[in-house]
Formats: sequence, structure tokens, C-alpha cells
Amino acid sequence: MTLLSLSGVDVHYGDFQAIYGIDLNVAEGETLAVIGANGAGKSTLLKAIAGQVRASAGTIAFDGVDVTALPAHKRVPLGIALTPEGRRIFKSLTVEENLLVGAHSKRPGPWNLRAVYEAFPLVADRKDRLGTNLSGGEQQAAAIGRALMSNPRLLLLDEVSLGLAPVVVEQIYAALPTITGQGTTVLVVEQDVNQSMRVADRVQCLLEGRTVLEGAPSDLTRDQIASAYFGI
Amino acid sequence: MQWINAIIQGVLLGGLYALLAAGLSLMFGVMRIVNLAHGALAILAAYIGLVIVQGTGVSPFIAMVAVVPIMAGIGYVLQWGIFNRALRMGGLAPLLGAFGLAVVLTQLMQLKFTTDSQSLQTGSLSIASIRITEQISIGVLPLITFAAGVIVIFGLQMFLSKAPLGRAMRAASDDSETVPLMGIDNRQVYALSTAIALGTVGIAGMFLGMRGNFDPNYGQAMLIFAFEAVIIGGLGSLWGTLAGGMVLGVAQALGSQMNPSYGVLVGNLVFLLILAFRPTGLLPKAVTT
Amino acid sequence: MTIDTPAVHVPRPHAKVRRATKSSWAGLAVIVVLLLAAPAVPYVLDKGVQGSLVTLFSLIVMATMWNLLAGYGGMLSIGQQAYVGIGAYALVYISDTIGLDPFMAVPLAVVIAGLFAYPISFLAFRLSGGYFAIGTWVIAVVLMQITLQIPALGGGIGVTFTGFSDLTPGRRIAYVYWLSLVGVALAVAVTYWIMRSRLGLGFTAIRDDETAAASLGVRVTRSKRFVFVVAAMGSGLAGAMIAANTLRVQPDSIFSVNYAVFMIFIVVIGGIGTIEGPILGAIVFFALQQWLSDLGAWYLVILGVIAIVITLFLPRGLWGLVSGDGRIRLFPVGYRLVRAAPEP
Repeated sequence: MTLLSLSGVDVHYGDFQAIYGIDLNVAEGETLAVIGANGAGKSTLLKAIAGQVRASAGTIAFDGVDVTALPAHKRVPLGIALTPEGRRIFKSLTVEENLLVGAHSKRPGPWNLRAVYEAFPLVADRKDRLGTNLSGGEQQAAAIGRALMSNPRLLLLDEVSLGLAPVVVEQIYAALPTITGQGTTVLVVEQDVNQSMRVADRVQCLLEGRTVLEGAPSDLTRDQIASAYFGI
Repeated sequence: MQWINAIIQGVLLGGLYALLAAGLSLMFGVMRIVNLAHGALAILAAYIGLVIVQGTGVSPFIAMVAVVPIMAGIGYVLQWGIFNRALRMGGLAPLLGAFGLAVVLTQLMQLKFTTDSQSLQTGSLSIASIRITEQISIGVLPLITFAAGVIVIFGLQMFLSKAPLGRAMRAASDDSETVPLMGIDNRQVYALSTAIALGTVGIAGMFLGMRGNFDPNYGQAMLIFAFEAVIIGGLGSLWGTLAGGMVLGVAQALGSQMNPSYGVLVGNLVFLLILAFRPTGLLPKAVTT
Repeated sequence: MTIDTPAVHVPRPHAKVRRATKSSWAGLAVIVVLLLAAPAVPYVLDKGVQGSLVTLFSLIVMATMWNLLAGYGGMLSIGQQAYVGIGAYALVYISDTIGLDPFMAVPLAVVIAGLFAYPISFLAFRLSGGYFAIGTWVIAVVLMQITLQIPALGGGIGVTFTGFSDLTPGRRIAYVYWLSLVGVALAVAVTYWIMRSRLGLGFTAIRDDETAAASLGVRVTRSKRFVFVVAAMGSGLAGAMIAANTLRVQPDSIFSVNYAVFMIFIVVIGGIGTIEGPILGAIVFFALQQWLSDLGAWYLVILGVIAIVITLFLPRGLWGLVSGDGRIRLFPVGYRLVRAAPEP
């Protein structure tokens, strides 16, 4: 069953068009990775799905409901959660308070403080620390935990590995099976192609705001991906 | 003895200034809006109280029970009507909107209530006092006002640190773009912040009217005193605001002791001195709001 | 392996950078005609009209200076009445007590307003945004309170300007009119000159992104201080014009926050951040003031509501409406690209 369905989505920032007529479908329970070079429009795509930017054309449907015109704060109660680029942890709040703010929509589900602490021991250790005093990896883990607190049906992860040490990235991705195991659908955006190929059921590659390649990792060759990624 | 008396009166007066300043601090803390209509709104609260007291004959303390929710409602409407839109326009728009509002409110109050001084009568309470020594006695009403200031500041502090809405306000203050991703409508959080801020303005306005005379133009002085309390105390600290209010109150009381016409001037000069030599205030960021 | 450099054809840019537009040439013509005609006013129109024009000129000067400070410098002040008061008192003191010629006293009053503003800026600049606004107001209040305590300045009663008292009323008002005409022309010209200079460009950068501007070498604080002092001098000029026109200077009225209210409403209504906006705004404000004067306090209510509505729905003000959002420019301070004639 299709959980998220985009058809012909355009996004503009003023006169600048960031994505062009994107079609995208994610089935419930699936993990999709959107890959592409810097500036390919990956983060914009996630923002459009979460409602942080408006689609200037096309439709976005979530579980059969047209959400194109809904503001971000009304999409969260439906079950869409975004871990934004740059993590955006609330700096003057403690880690635990960050998680509690994430639970604002009170959506019922398996995720609560205890479940997040179990999935991310890194977060549990730092629960009383202020957001401003966290390392990059701790911020990333807390940001994912914060998104999970809304018990999303669709979790959008933006550039999880960006700027983090490989060992930290590994720790964070180790929690992904726990998340998908709860039936959560995941859409991950990555510049790190290898990381995406390992975790995703399917990948979709963007180039300059357009889809240039999609398929299951096992069906795609390295050369196909490289040429789609760089546009050569 | 007169000087000690002046200091005590000044400290108590500082409670009123802190009460006035709390709402200004809260709105700045959450939205970075400096509400230039703050003083005019405090005077509006006093006039609403006056209308209720004169219309029903109840005591100002009973009237306060109605004034606070009325002011909170006005705050909610103002945020949706003016400030949320001004925030989206960005730049100087929130300040210009607030300034326009201050002028319009002041003029409307002049038209409705004239520029004659008014006060809220508290009967025997206005002269009741506790005698400490032969020369020093503490007025009961100033003491109640001071206690109200401490309670409001303590209450706001607890609300911000413990309540879910207070948490959302701090989150909005940190990063307003990310808050909607938590399923929270910023504009609603802002409207509730302004409602709470103006609720405290309602309390402040009522005490202001009980402690002395007011007229529509008095809002200008109230805005300035509240601002001085905030800056003397240090931005972003509610307890600092209380301390700042007390410093300002003591400075004004000592100035008046020197010469009755010097009170406000000495208060202003102390403020400028602190701005010159300790611009971060007395208790900078001791507690985040 | 060798790398061949492909022969790249770099086209000549088919565009030129221009500042002036057709409308600005037309504007220049209108201004020249007005400036040529304006000095003749005292020979044509009566004293009442001249007095009103002086009031209008002082509003234009105050609004132009407030716009320089807020619209270009990003500093919203509610305390420019401090310099209106200083300019007015300085004119009266220099002319009547020291005994200098009033025409010499006016420029000196302007300089004195600037001399006050320079040290004050160090205090005011410790605050920013809305707190800067209230801080400047407190400073104006303190200056008024201090003036009240100075017997030489008449304390609370104030002073009367007698510098022109040996002239006939007709002569006097004509002199004040010419003085104000020069004042308003200078104020607008100086603002125009500042905004066309490197400094103006720096301000555009500061307005867009203060941190980025600073990192590119724009000296943010120094530029702001310069504009703060210039704006104070302009407000001082307006104060001197007001004193020479009304002949009475009293602390509560010359240091009144109402001057700040006027400046802000005029600039918001006319269009903030343009040279033309404050001039148009002052004319509209002045007309409304005459037209609504029967309404008493209602006129400030109406102006306030208009200012709020314009702030929220028409941020470029009336000038933005008239000029089609900047396509018509009488005073071009920006740059624009025009297509150049193709190469033959």
C-alpha cells in the first residue's frame, strides 16, 4: 500500500526553482533513500513533504489524503516527522525537554521516552544536558529521537551522516532496524551513497531537481549510479 | 532614618516595576518583540478596572479577577491581528506596529477618559501600614504589590521551566522555524505568550492604579520604567528584572528624598550609568527565559 | 596528456549599469523648477502660508533624517526629539544670550546637536532593536529633565527667541522661510548624497545581512555612528527652524515625544527606505493634520491606524504605491542594469 505519493511536484524559492516535477512513491513499511549531489534538491524535497516549504505545483498525498496545502504543524499529527538538516536541536532545552517537545502532538504509538532511550543509549546518557552542549553525533541521535516521539508513520531523515565520524554514523544507523521494525516507513536523504545502499529497499537519485534514476540497490550497477549522481 | 525609609519604599516600588516589566520580558524572550505599547496597555488595564469598580462597586482586587482574563484576551487578539503578521513582514514591522498601537491606545483613552488623573480606591487599605520603628513603617498595599511582583515572576519562571506550553515557548524562542516540525503552531504559541504577558500587565495595571494616580499619558513613563528594570537586571533573566526593578525603585525613592522633583531623573541617570558601565545588566542570563 | 583549452567566446556584456532613469531626469526637472520658484514665495504668498510652509519643511527635514536613521541605518529611534530640543535651545542661546547673528547661530546649533549625538551614540549603541528605541527615548527624557533644572535656559518656563525681533513681521517670516528652504534642500541633498556614496551601499549590505557585511569589510558601527550623528544634526536643524518660526521654546513641547510620533508616522505612511517617501509622507501628513484638525485627538488615532495598516499591508508606503514599487525614481540611489546597444 502506498503511504506517500508525490506527483509532479515543483518547489520555488522566489525566482529560483529547486525541484522540477518530482514523482515519488513510498509504500508503507518501505525504506526509500533519495540520493544526489549537493544542490540536487534532496533537502527541499523533504521540506516539501514535511510542509516547511510549499509545493508550487503538483500534489502530495499522505495515506490517500491530499496534504499539499497543509502547513507543517498540521502534518505532524497525521504521522509525518522530519529530522531536519543541521539537526536543529533546541539549544536552551535539555535533551529530555527536546524529546518532550517532540511528543507535543500526542500521537499514540510505541515511541516514548523509555523507548527512545533504549534505542539510543547515547541520548539516554545525555538526557539532562542542554542542547547547546551536545556533540554533533549526540545532536543527531537526539533529533531522531525527538522526531520519533511523535510516533510517525513516515520518518524523514535529512543528511544523517553529514559532518559525523564514521563510527558515530554507524551507531546511529544501528537503530534504524528498530525503527523500521515498528512498521515505520523511512525516507532517508544522503550524500553518502554507500550508506544509503546498505539501508534502503529502494533508491531514487536526483540531479538538479529532477529524478534521473530509481530502483532497488541490487538492480543498479555502480556505473549507473555514478553517472546519475554526477550527470555524466 | 528618612533615608532607610526611602530605601524600603524604593524596594517595594521596585516590586511594582518588576511586575510591569515581567510581560515585556516574556514577549521579548519568546518572540524578540519589544512591545512599545506595553505601558499604554498597563494603563488600559487600570481604566478597565476603574470602569468595573465604578460600575459594580466591587473592590479593585475583585475587579482584577475580571481584568486579567480581559487583558489576556486582548493580548491574544492583538497577536493574531497585528504581531503575527508583523513578525512575518520582518524588519522594523513589529516595532512600528507596536508603536502605532501605543499612540492609538493612548489617544483613544484620552478621548474616552480625558486626561484627568484617576485612581482605584482601596479604602482603608490605602492608609494601612505596619509599624517597624518610630520612624519606619511599611504600607500594606505596597507590601502586597511587592508580593504580587515576586509571585508573578516566580510563577512565570515555574511555568516556563515546567509546563508543556512554557517548554514550547522556550523552543520557539530558540528556533521558530523548527517548532512547526514538532506539530506546534508558532503563531498560536505566540498568541498564548502575549495573552499571558498581558495577563500580567493586567495585574500590574491594577496595582499601579491602586498605588497612585494615572492618566492616559502615564503609559509612556510605565514603558520606560519597565524597560529600565529589564535592562538594569539584564536581558533574559526574570529574577534580574526583579532586581532591576528594585534598583530603579530605590534610585527614584532616594532621588525624591533629595528633592521631590528629582525622583524620575535620578532613576533615569542610574539607568544610564548602569548602561554605560555594566551594559549586560546586574544578573545577565542567570536564568534563561 | 595535454589539455586543450577550448576557444571560449566571451560575449561582450549586452548590458550597462545605470543609476538614473527617465523618471529621475523628469524628477530632476521638477525639483529644479521648484527650487527656482520656491524663493519667490515670500513675494507672492502671505505670512500665514509662509509659516505653514516652514512647518511643512521642518516635518520634511525631521522625517528625512528619521528615515536616514531607520530606513537606511536600521536604527529605530523614538528619541530624535532630543536633538530637536537641542537645536532649538542652541539657536536661542547663541543668538539671544551670546548675541551672534541668527544666520550664524543656525549652523552652529546644527553642529551642537551633532556634538551631543556623538557621545550619546556610545551609550545608545549598547542597546539594539526595540531596546535601542526606548533607550533613545530615555535619553531624550533625561535631556528635558536636565533642561528643566537649568535657570539660564529658563527652566520649565522656557525661552523666547528674539533674534529677529528688530525686523518687521513680514521680513522676519520671509527670512525664516528662506532659511528653512535652504535647510530642507540641504537635508534632502545630504541624505541623497550619503545614500549614493560608498556608505549608502554599505548600508544596503548591512540591512540585508549585518554579519556578512561586517565580514566583507563594511565598518558597521562606524557607519551607523556617522548616520546617527548626521540624523541628529538634521533634527537639530528642524528644531532651530521650529524655534525661529514659533519664537517660543519650552522644554515639554520641544522635547515632546510627539515629534518622534510625527517622524515615524510620516516615514511609514510615505514609504520607509526611500528618499521620496518621507517628502510625500510629510505633505500627506501635513494635509491630514490641517484637514482633521477639527477632530482633535481623533486625528492621531486615524493616523495611527493608517500607520499600522500600512506597516502590515503596504510596507513600501504611499510612495511604493505611486511609483509602482520603485519603477519611478526621482532620486535614484540604487543601480540597475540596462540592455546596451548590440555590437555593430
